[in-house]
Amino acid sequence: MNILNEVSITFPSKSTNEGYARAAVSAFAAQLDPTLEEIGDIKTAVSEGVTNCIVHAYPDSVGKIYIRLRIFEGNILEIVIRDKGLGIPDITAAKTPMFTTGGADRSGMGFTIMESFTDNLKVRSAPGKGTTVTMRKRISMRSGGKVL
Amino acid sequence: MNITSKRTDGELSLFLSGELDHHAARCAIPEISKIIDSELPLKLIFDFSDISFMDSSGIALVIGGYKKATAVGGEFSVINVPKQAYKVFLAAGICKIINITTRDSALSKI
Repeated sequence: MNILNEVSITFPSKSTNEGYARAAVSAFAAQLDPTLEEIGDIKTAVSEGVTNCIVHAYPDSVGKIYIRLRIFEGNILEIVIRDKGLGIPDITAAKTPMFTTGGADRSGMGFTIMESFTDNLKVRSAPGKGTTVTMRKRISMRSGGKVL
Repeated sequence: MNITSKRTDGELSLFLSGELDHHAARCAIPEISKIIDSELPLKLIFDFSDISFMDSSGIALVIGGYKKATAVGGEFSVINVPKQAYKVFLAAGICKIINITTRDSALSKI
């Protein structure tokens, strides 16, 4: 598939940057003319992915979070969120609803939400080798008010 | 995120406003715990009218409120939830366990 546009951002894993990440991805996605609901889905998925980096990848330090955004032909937005943190020992367990290693203040629903709000989710990770989460979402094509 | 509270007899309403993400929940969860522990309401209500965004951190916050309220035999509900936040609650399957209603009452009948 042809890449029509691409943007990369890097920022430290501080929780104060969660809002920035949501806004940055929304701004890039705006060129696809998404609906309010689609923007909400995208912001939520990004928020979950970035929070995972902050809470789990770099629990006791501040590391770098890398986001790469691409637009493919067919109105497809691809979001890659990558870290060089701890890595996930058991990806299947991590993706199980309500499973968390983050204590009582975490719901364990991050991956479930990412999967529900995007079309496609891939997770690559290994202990000590960081984690890469790739999500794709096809944005509805709208022309003259009609949804195609 | 901002939190204001209103106490009417045995009923405590907490009004949350702004974005409810992990960054906001870090401070909000302990602050809300303190308020509930000191008020010990018979009925606890979280009003989400002014929540502009919520991710799964909001689920943890709501579950915390539910546990505290029911631990002392009280009632708990989340009201005036906007569309985006309600979609997150639905995806988590939590609407079957906790009383969560939207601003638009027609949506809550789904």
